[in-house]
Amino acid sequence: MSIKVSMTVNGKPTSAEVEERTLLVTYIREELRLTGTHVGCDTAQCGACTVHMNGKAVKSCSMVAMQAQGADILTIEGVAAADGTLHPMQAAFKENHGLQCGFCTPGMVMNAIDLAKGRPNLSETEIRDGLEGNLCRCTGYHNIVKSIAAGAKAMAK
Amino acid sequence: MNAPLIGARIERKEDYRFLTGAGQYTDDVTLPNQSYAVFVRSPHAHATINAIRKDKALKAAGVLAVFTGEDLKVGGLPCGWLITDVNGQPMKEPVHPSLAQGKARYVGDQVAVVIAETLDQAQDAAELVEVDYGVLPAVVNGEQARAKGAPVLHDVAPDNTCYVWALGDKAGVDAAFSKAAHVTRLDLVNNRLIPNAIEPRAVNGMYSRADDSYTLYVASQNPHVERLLMTAFVLGLPEHKVRVVAPDVGGGFGSKIYLYAEDVVVTWASKQINRPVKWTAERSESFLTDAHGRDHVTTAELAMDKDGKFLALRVKTTANVGAYLSTFASCVPTILYATLLAGQYTTPVIHCEVTAVFTNTVPVDAYRGAGRPEATYVVERIVEQAAREMKLDPVEIRRRNFIKTFPYQTPVALMYDTGNYEATMKAAIEIAGVSGFAARKKESESRGKLRGLGYAAYIEACGIAPSNIAGALGARAGLFEAGEVRMHPTGSCTVFTGSHSHGQGHETTFAQVVADRLGIPMESVDIVHGDTSKVLFGMGTYGSRSIAVGGTAIYKALDKIIAKGKKIAAHLMEAAETDIEYDRGVFKVAGTDKQKTIGEVSFAAYVPHNYPLDKLEPGLNENAFYDPANFTFPAGTYVCEVEIDPDTGFTKVEKFTAVDDFGKNINPMIVEGQVHGGLTQGIGQALLEGCKYDPETGQLITGSFMDYCMPRATDVPSYNLETRETPCTHNPLGVKGCGEAGAIGAPAALMNAITDALQPYGINDLPMPASPATVWKTIQNAKQKAA
Amino acid sequence: MHAFTYHKPSTLGDAVSLAGKHGDGKILAGGQSLVQAMKLRLASPTDLIDLGGIKDLASIKADGSTVTIGAMARHAEVEANADVKKMIPVLARLAGGIGDRQVRHMGTLGGSLANNDPAADYPAAVLGLGAIITTNKRKIAADDFFKGLFETALEPGELITAVTFPTAKRAGYMKFKNPASRFALVGVFVADTSSGVRVAVTGAASSVFRATAIEKALSAKFEPDAVPAGTVKAADLNSDLHGSAEYRAHIITVMAKRAVAQALGK
Repeated sequence: MSIKVSMTVNGKPTSAEVEERTLLVTYIREELRLTGTHVGCDTAQCGACTVHMNGKAVKSCSMVAMQAQGADILTIEGVAAADGTLHPMQAAFKENHGLQCGFCTPGMVMNAIDLAKGRPNLSETEIRDGLEGNLCRCTGYHNIVKSIAAGAKAMAK
Repeated sequence: MNAPLIGARIERKEDYRFLTGAGQYTDDVTLPNQSYAVFVRSPHAHATINAIRKDKALKAAGVLAVFTGEDLKVGGLPCGWLITDVNGQPMKEPVHPSLAQGKARYVGDQVAVVIAETLDQAQDAAELVEVDYGVLPAVVNGEQARAKGAPVLHDVAPDNTCYVWALGDKAGVDAAFSKAAHVTRLDLVNNRLIPNAIEPRAVNGMYSRADDSYTLYVASQNPHVERLLMTAFVLGLPEHKVRVVAPDVGGGFGSKIYLYAEDVVVTWASKQINRPVKWTAERSESFLTDAHGRDHVTTAELAMDKDGKFLALRVKTTANVGAYLSTFASCVPTILYATLLAGQYTTPVIHCEVTAVFTNTVPVDAYRGAGRPEATYVVERIVEQAAREMKLDPVEIRRRNFIKTFPYQTPVALMYDTGNYEATMKAAIEIAGVSGFAARKKESESRGKLRGLGYAAYIEACGIAPSNIAGALGARAGLFEAGEVRMHPTGSCTVFTGSHSHGQGHETTFAQVVADRLGIPMESVDIVHGDTSKVLFGMGTYGSRSIAVGGTAIYKALDKIIAKGKKIAAHLMEAAETDIEYDRGVFKVAGTDKQKTIGEVSFAAYVPHNYPLDKLEPGLNENAFYDPANFTFPAGTYVCEVEIDPDTGFTKVEKFTAVDDFGKNINPMIVEGQVHGGLTQGIGQALLEGCKYDPETGQLITGSFMDYCMPRATDVPSYNLETRETPCTHNPLGVKGCGEAGAIGAPAALMNAITDALQPYGINDLPMPASPATVWKTIQNAKQKAA
Repeated sequence: MHAFTYHKPSTLGDAVSLAGKHGDGKILAGGQSLVQAMKLRLASPTDLIDLGGIKDLASIKADGSTVTIGAMARHAEVEANADVKKMIPVLARLAGGIGDRQVRHMGTLGGSLANNDPAADYPAAVLGLGAIITTNKRKIAADDFFKGLFETALEPGELITAVTFPTAKRAGYMKFKNPASRFALVGVFVADTSSGVRVAVTGAASSVFRATAIEKALSAKFEPDAVPAGTVKAADLNSDLHGSAEYRAHIITVMAKRAVAQALGK
């Protein structure tokens, strides 16, 4: 059966008739064609699907779209400024080579932005602990940790 | 404009799209009117397929087609390397069907495909396909598969043996052992790994009736090879009617080199139903179907004189190749393994025998390092063990045996062109703070913890080549690379490369090479890869070959651009061609102040009003194929320091130091990133990752991230890296390749550190991954034995 | 995922009546376990009854000696709640160690308890502190709630609304993680409460359980060294790829000692 789901995504109201079993990530990728949010696993470990729901990082593969009914969703496509200027966390990933193949990157950045909110002086341990829910197979995390430390500082400016 | 770009830490050109969600991976590609495929896979490790009933599935909502092996009678998936066994016979090559023909040989083997309007509908209908299986006994262990009475997978290999192959001087080795003052022996298992690129494999295929052509989007490391294998060997399609696009690819690590059954089925089916067909693996499917890596069982013996000088090495390995031969499966435990067993040492004679065995498991193929991590593990574990037995410092025993003069011909076929093993060893010792280790160990002991230090002095061979030698060794493909430089009238350029980037940053490093050589801004250079309709040809990216082979192909095309540019410039400046010099973007007449920029020359080439049309074609577009004269030989020393909690068996990697010699580094920032990733995969192998099958049922026990332990940020430290440089002697860039080193050297360094920490218990070996439970159990066993 | 019908009741009464009407349906709290199981087609409820629309199920209230946490309180809310941090700091720490950040933003106390995953953290706290589980029908003591592998005392149509945690004089929780899943391979919750010492173990067996021999020893002397070795028998424990029963039995002792040390602020 289909059902009507509505939510704000990247500041714009969105709505669609979807099957009730539609996951939030499927709504974002297939209905809205915002393909920056990725699916890397089916057991909620990899975090490539991380988006913000009402300001908090969540795994969009681990909820049905209806759980986000009326919510405010932010995806990687909505993070940079309207003129294309990168968010300080995105810029920090670029400056510190915090990404390689780019597949885990949107989830990493979304989680990092939430993690760093109001915490400009994140320690290496806090950052590594904060990445428990995000897998990267390319970078060995070294430069992701550096990127988030730098991004957290830059966000506070 | 003229600052040197080679060696500069330049931010990546590709990052903006990845950071803003604008990357285009295969699953992001939506084709008009596309349908969705779901595979019905064998739940049994070994079973006859007696009947398949598709009628219920065909009647389900949205279903467009259901196909089985009965429908898809095409060629088998080919193996690209023929190994000849010790008796001069070709290896056994069982047919590898794209949809099972009468028998399933591992859990996950594809039995049927269901295609529907939506993914959910295809999944629902896949459950309705009824397969009548006759379950057979299964075998998952390579050594057990060789035993009498083991279940037989393929009629063509009644003893489940693909080949027994050997390299080296057996008689010489036997003679050396008979004269040895000491022999060190180790039994080693190189654990099976599951690659787990974070982007699951995906393919989206479209057939066009208009011109009887196919377009295939696929997460591949080498689209031209994919096309060649699929058209020539499996589907018998004209190669020029198939376009393969590997767009942004989310990591490969080897697992996306191969031609997979799903790619064939989707391509074929798109014509049958005359609609695009899309398939994206779920992670559970990736575990069950992506080619696995490693899985060696080895006995190694090292003969020494009384001073710890190596006299001979004898290695015997059983390699589990899985249920079928994957695309390059046969060369990994042979050509890419036994040839590396000299390591950094002057061991005068070496003999290695490898038995490759079929089992009821996922096919095994190259995974980051491919053969070389296995070889390094053998050499560096046994060298460390030899030092313990000879009561020599592990650094000292290595130094006594280092190769010091180059070129050096090893007894296992390779000719090392250059290297300086003392330089990387010395630097690693300093950076790792080895002199302070004793104090740190004491401090750990005061807290009831064990601390250990381990070394690995690895060598690898990258950019496998040259093609004629590889061909003589059984390669069924060329090993060159192609590049094309297309200058535009306004002076910018587009460069086409047969290498493929799936995280390596070629769009940046290759642009650095081009911009540096041509003296134009980085922004004026675009690198294009991953599309057979754009790139003239390519062998793709694997084996750390891209900069050494693909980069050199581009470099040679640049040489041609400059050579033609000189002719044009000579005409424009009314000078002799021999008087024209090229220096970073400017053609100059020697000894004068006359000059023309590359932009001016390009413009003249495309607007040839003042141009030597009688002698020269217009345009400035050159391509080159480069077939290397030799492998490159990156090498280095890794030092790992661990602390173990004996109460829980938990191992923490406290410090990891890597000093590598990759020859010239184009972009040190990217090089470091490659090493970080490789090290983490190596640490993953040693400490965390291990594929496990149920020995009775053949079920994959580690079939998800819930059970297969992927390295997380908390599992690894920040790394200490440096490089030392001995430029490669046989390519113009002096580069060697850096993609796999970390994964090659790290497992031995880490296991040497763990066994060093466990010396109080007399423990010299334990299996990878050294999980807490394994370390604890090993300690308990040692304690019991001592008591 | 199989198809299902989605319901979003706005009152507890409606939720209860929907649950009663759809016997093969499932209650959706945070969904961090349920949605995964449905994706893998391991769970196929006909109906999903989403509690996300019911007000007041997520409140956290403290009185003198207890903290009552609503069933829909997210792990991150418990982790950050000032009252929880002040009155039962170990509970805030435990909540802050469940899963990962993203999971903690969605996962709920009630969902975790109703699921009773053998390796979940919350059951250890509930049993270790002797909490009271309030449902739409009754109050259930922790000792009566956990019945076995993914089994609880909840009857069909019965929903958890809140859990009341008593404070403890001192308490600690130490988790040894399964390296792959990061669930508890063994988690030991130790609490010195007004009704005596309680020790709850998660991850090791088919369901959370009390380690009575350790309780007895710690009642005599609340010190790490007092934790006796080998009192939990391996024969009763799980064995898997990541740890044999023998290993788990040993780790229970180690984690119990460390939990006591943590409770003592050592």
